[in-house]
Formats: sequence, structure tokens, C-alpha cells
Amino acid sequence: MTAVDLRVAQRPNAPMTTYRYDEYDAAFVSERVAEFREQVNRRLSGALTEEEFRPFRLMNGLYLQLHAYMLRVAIPYGTLTARQMRRLADIADKWDKGYGHFTTRQNLQYNWPKLVDTPDILESLADVEMHAIQTSGNCIRNVTADHFAGVAPDEIEDPRPTAEFLRQWSSLHSEFSFLPRKFKIAVTGAAHDRAAILVHDIGLRIVKNDTGEIGYQVVVGGGLGRSPFIGKVVGDFVPREDLLAFLEAILRVYNRFGRRDNKYKARVKILVHEKGIDEIRAAVEAEFAAMDRSAFAHDPEEFERIAAFFAPPPYESLPATSALLRAAKLETPAFANFVDVNVGAHKIPGYAIVTVSLKPIGGVPGDATSAQMRVLADASERFGFGELRVSHEQNIILPHVKQDDLFALWSMLDAAGLATANAGLVSDIISCPGLDYCSLATARSIPIAQAISKRFSDMSRQRRIGKLGVKISGCINACGHHHVGAIGILGLEKKGQESYQITLGGDPTFSASIGEILGPGVTAEQVPDVVEHLVDYYLAEREEGEAFIDTWRRIGHARFKDVLRREGEDGADI
Amino acid sequence: MALISDGRFIEDAWRRLADEEALPKTGKFIVSLPRLEHAVEVLGPTATFGVIVPNTTEPSALIAALPRLDLISIAFPAFADGRGFSLARLLRRAEFKGELRASGRLVADQYPHAIGCGFDTIEIPDDLADRQDEEQWRAALNAYSMSYQRGYAGRGSILEARRKAVRS
Amino acid sequence: MPVFKHPQILIASNLTDGEVVFLGSSGWERDHRRARVARKAEEATALEALGKRDISANRVVDVYLADVEIGSDGAPTPLHYREKMRVKGPSVRLDLGKQAGEGAL
Repeated sequence: MTAVDLRVAQRPNAPMTTYRYDEYDAAFVSERVAEFREQVNRRLSGALTEEEFRPFRLMNGLYLQLHAYMLRVAIPYGTLTARQMRRLADIADKWDKGYGHFTTRQNLQYNWPKLVDTPDILESLADVEMHAIQTSGNCIRNVTADHFAGVAPDEIEDPRPTAEFLRQWSSLHSEFSFLPRKFKIAVTGAAHDRAAILVHDIGLRIVKNDTGEIGYQVVVGGGLGRSPFIGKVVGDFVPREDLLAFLEAILRVYNRFGRRDNKYKARVKILVHEKGIDEIRAAVEAEFAAMDRSAFAHDPEEFERIAAFFAPPPYESLPATSALLRAAKLETPAFANFVDVNVGAHKIPGYAIVTVSLKPIGGVPGDATSAQMRVLADASERFGFGELRVSHEQNIILPHVKQDDLFALWSMLDAAGLATANAGLVSDIISCPGLDYCSLATARSIPIAQAISKRFSDMSRQRRIGKLGVKISGCINACGHHHVGAIGILGLEKKGQESYQITLGGDPTFSASIGEILGPGVTAEQVPDVVEHLVDYYLAEREEGEAFIDTWRRIGHARFKDVLRREGEDGADI
Repeated sequence: MALISDGRFIEDAWRRLADEEALPKTGKFIVSLPRLEHAVEVLGPTATFGVIVPNTTEPSALIAALPRLDLISIAFPAFADGRGFSLARLLRRAEFKGELRASGRLVADQYPHAIGCGFDTIEIPDDLADRQDEEQWRAALNAYSMSYQRGYAGRGSILEARRKAVRS
Repeated sequence: MPVFKHPQILIASNLTDGEVVFLGSSGWERDHRRARVARKAEEATALEALGKRDISANRVVDVYLADVEIGSDGAPTPLHYREKMRVKGPSVRLDLGKQAGEGAL
């Protein structure tokens, strides 16, 4: 055994579900909590003005919202242990109002914490190796990854060791904590992009070159918000040993040359857009060449140390299909629907990936009560090695469930109101909190999601419609990813009223595209009608095997626009 | 103005020269960037002087003068404008060995960042020093025992420490 | 200076707990109906000055004037939907926030 293996072996009872802190990590996070406690005290005493305090509270995930403060907790690369999920539930009960909101960037938000309580909340999080570091602010944000990491059959390599490597590197970075604007990094190691890497400031795609060496395709300048852009390739194949140096080079170019005169033009996507990718690539390459790379001397031992925490759990050797599962499906149609919609293929025979939808019909997308969090923690321990994932679609994943156990799991979820069989369907809506909570919002988004969800409450109709990404943002900042929704909805203010602009044709995957505007804004009441008209038109026009986005791409935006115009003339209520 | 060094408020041995002031024969003084070329030209090799530069300065503009400079002060137009951190890094990379000073409304919480990027001293306006006293600056300096980055100045790198632990 | 069109109240967030508060005749109130109403531009300016004082005293943050209409009972109600939301709580959780009687000072 190597020294690295020994370090892991010293924790025989620790579930290998995710990275575990060593004494350095633990000291660092507890120092951050102590620092924040002092920052809060200094804010209360006036040593820090609100203007001075703001960047530091944001860098620790604390916002001031419409009704109260909001604390955004990081769930790095979306991986959680059962113990961590229980702690999130306990915090919701003790310091908040008994629930939390899972966000589109693998974070959890508490909507009602008091400023004076947040240091205690952070201490409680640190106790289970969690934090709120850099979940906001003009710094490198929580690094996200494919929520099927490590279990997807289409994967080259688990992206989480890379993401953890970057989490550590970016934590309180001396140089890059006061950037022109926020900076988001996402990593995927799979053939299908489930992490939306093309719409991040930096997207990393793990690739293999001709000689079988693992490296990264580095994409820069993607993003949503006021001006959406698809990222462009800045490094075709960056070997692992150069990754940190290459990223520092990009960040240094951005920190020095990114615009600071206008907050809406300060993201790296604008720098890339204004200078052109060739000029940016040249600048990054020049900086990379000038760097003293001995300071970044690749540390394969450290990477391996991190990777060891993500070793596969002790799977049993099982047949590829389960007779129990087959029988249960025949017997219980509701369960069969759940399996067909929410259960995905696992790379290990006899196992499955289960998506637990946080989108019950008429519910608040991404919200979970403390009781539900505890059910999920219990379920993961009974059926999935105590591991949970959070997806950017605001759902929870149980990544390793035996097919034989699926029925028992479903029964448990069903009893807790967590068995909605809509993963990827029209009611699996991504939505930001919108004006119900957020002080930046220009309109509400949750009630729109609820109304659409109720309109399509017939689950068999949803299955007939098939895959359809509806994404709703309550302002131009696009936290609800509306630009990349096959149907995107953006809430705006028009003449003192909430108004909704609809876009079609967005796609967050490797075939990324930004949605096109359908027409003038509509009222909240009209949104479900419009969506229904669009869906009906698609159903009428679709060819065998086409999802909504495929039909839209084939027949074109104009036809969809026309149908709405015609309906409008016929006196339909849109 | 107040000057912070090693977590303490200290007397400033340097004097900022107004642009209309003649270059003195002795003492430590700081000129503005437009006057740098002239100062290098006319001042003898024993003169002790520095320069204050905007945070948008290209390091190449200072390279020729670096061996003559004992101090470079980088202006922070706003505390949240982090360009000065990168410029400091680049000047250290160019082997500037003199005093590197951050000048502006930096808050105490940025002290570890400044140290990490190679700054020695921080110069802040008096009203800020009144609110954020020496104790707060010292606390900020000692807030973290180590950092995750490598190749940055300061308290030592967690990565290096781990490597040592594995190898011992 | 913006044109004074409607009566206004001063709205803020309490520093320590983030609760939405309104400047009343004897301090900050959690109930907007107890807010002091400015009916002239000078009165609004006076409210703002008091707000600035309490920002400096580290009691409140995010202070601004909001347009209101005055009901038959004399109580102010915000005109804009955003502030309507703030005086109640989330429209999707009627069990939470001021509308549910929560929030104490």
C-alpha cells in the first residue's frame, strides 16, 4: 500500500461517498467561521460599514433579501452524505423555518436566518464538513459538476476529484477574491453534459487524447444573465498537470482586463465577446508561458489522495436485470411510471440511479421540508450507501440503488410525497425564487411554475409530451436558466405590472443554444395558456422520437410564432 | 494617512511628493508614475525613491526602473477593485525586491490577500484607521494559519504541508 | 430630485435580523400601517435624513422611500407590487412572514 492508500484506510468506517476533511481543511473552515463571527461583530459595532461588509458577507453566502437575510450553503459538486443532509434539516428547524431551497448551482438556501445567528449556523455546518464559502460575491463560486458523476455509464472520469481540487485551490484565493464579477466553474467527465458547462464562466470537459492521456478541454466565456453567450474553447487539451496554472492564467487575464465600469458588462463572457476568443487565447497563453510553473508543480499524490475519497462504494455482484423489479412494475403501475421516468441506467449491473423530484404538482420547485430531508437521508442509508446528490435541475439523486430495492425505496418516497414521476418532463420546472423572496427579482417565478405544473397535472399527458425543459427566471440575471430552456420564461416589470417574456429553443447541453424570443410579453395568467398552445402544436407536428426541442429545431421558430399569432387572432385568451 | 506593517500602525518614513515639488536631494520620497522616467534619469545611484502607480499599469512600463526603485505603491481606487493584487503578483514575478505598498481604502479583512500577493505595507486614510484599529488589522493578519494556494506569500501552503506529511 | 407624485413611507431592513421595517413616529415599526407618511417632498426628505441617521447608527440597512396610497382608515399601502410583497411575505407561503403574524422587533 502506498502512503496515500494508508490515509484512506485509516477511516474504515467512514463512508467513501465524498471528500472528507483532513486537519488542514477542518482548521481552514473553522478559521473562516471565526473570521465571519468577528466580521458580524464588527458590522454590528460599526467598524465595518454595510458597504464594506457586503462583499465579505456575500463571500460567505449571506444575502439580504426581500423579507430577511438568506444564507446560501455550498454543496460542492452536489454530493452530500446522509449525515450532512440531516444537519441541513436540523439547521432548517433550529434557525430557519423548517425548509430549504435547493438551487440551480448545487447550493441550498435558507430564507430566514438572522444575521446574528449565522456564525452559529456556519459552525454547525463546519461540524459536518460543510460551509458557505464563496457561494456568492465577485470570486470563484462553488464549483459544480455532473450530478451523475461516478455512476453514469457514459463517463470518461469522475469529475468530482477535479472539482474538489479546484474547490480547495479557489478557496479564499489571495489574488482572485475581488474579481470584476462572479466567476462560475463547472466540470463534466461524461459524453452528455448534465452540468451545463457551456454556459459557465469556465467549463471543463474531461477528455482523453490520442495517446489515452486524460486532460481537459477548457471553455471560457459562457454565461446567461443579461447577455447570454455560449462558451468558446480556449484550451483544446490541457494536461492535468497544467490545469491549475492554466486556470490561474485565465483568471489573471480576467482580473486585470475584465471591465469594471459597468456591472452588466463585467463578466468574463463580455471580455471574450469584446476582445474575441483569439485575442483572449493569446493573452492566456502568453501569461501561461510567463508563469513560474514550478509553483504549480503538479502534485499527482494530492490528486490521487482526493480521488481516493470518490472510490466506488462496495457494490454487490448482481445480474443486469432484476426479476423483483419486473414483477413490481407489472403489479403497480404508478411504480412502473416512476421507474420509467425517474430511474436511469447505472454503470454497474443490477444498480440504478434514482432522481427524486422536488417538483410535486403545484409545489415550489427545489423546496424541501426538514422532514423530507430526513426521509432522503434515511432512504440513502437504507438503499444507497448513504450518498445523495443535488442536481442543477433542483432535484435530489440517489446515485446507487439496487434494482431489487427500487420498489421499497419508491414506497418510502411515496409516503413522504417525494415520488413525483416527472424527472425531465414538463412539470420538472427549474425556477429561481423570484420576487417571492429575491430582492433583485422583477417578477415572481414560483407561482408561474406552480400554474404550469397544475395545468399539466395529468401525468400520462406529461409522459406523452416527453422531455421538455421549462425554465423560469424572475429577472434578467437568469438564475432560473430561462435562456437554455426549451421553453424559457423571463419575468419582467412592464408598466408597473409583472410581465413574462417567453423564449423557445434553449439547450444547456453540448448542443447548447440560447432561446429565441416568441413575441411580446404576456401576463402571469396567460403563461400556462401559451405553454399549452406551444405544447399542443409540438404534439401535432412532432415526428417519431422527437422531443420538443427537436421539433422546434426541425420546423423552425417562425412556425411556433405563427401558431400563437393565429390563436391570438381567433380570440384565444393569450 | 495611516500605514500598517506586520499588523502594526507605524510611522511612514516615506514622503509622497506633489508633482509640482522639486526632486529632493535626500530622504525617502515617492513620485508619481509620469515623473518616474525623469527621476531615474536625474537622480544619482544613491537616491532612495519610489513610485505610486495606478492599478492598471502594465508591469513592462516599470521593468527598466525596477532595479532603481525601493518602493512601489499601487493605488486601490476602491477596496473591491482587485486589479492591484494581480499587479503586485506580476511585479514580484519580475523580481522586484523593494517595499510593495497597497494604497487606498482597503479594509482589514483584505490584509491576508495583500500579503499573499506580495504586499508589505498598507496605506489607508485616517477615517478608516479610526474605525478599523490596529487590533483588527492584527486579527486579520492572524485569521488563517495556512492557505490553499501555492506559490503565494504568507503563512504557508496546505498543499506543501500535506506533501511533507505524506513523505515523512 | 425625483418628482413627488404620491405619499411615501420609509422602508428598511433591520440590521440584526433582516426583518422589514418602516419608520414610524417613534422609531422603526414592523407593521407598515404604523409608518409615518410623507405627504410633501420636504417631509420625504426629512424621513430620508432620519433613515441616514439610523444607517450610521448601524440599526438599519437598505433604506428607501416607497410610494403608498392612503386607505379610508388612514393607513398606507404600498403602490408597487414589490413593496406589496415586502409588507406581507412570500405569496407562495401564506403561512410565513408578516402576513402570518411573524417577525418581532
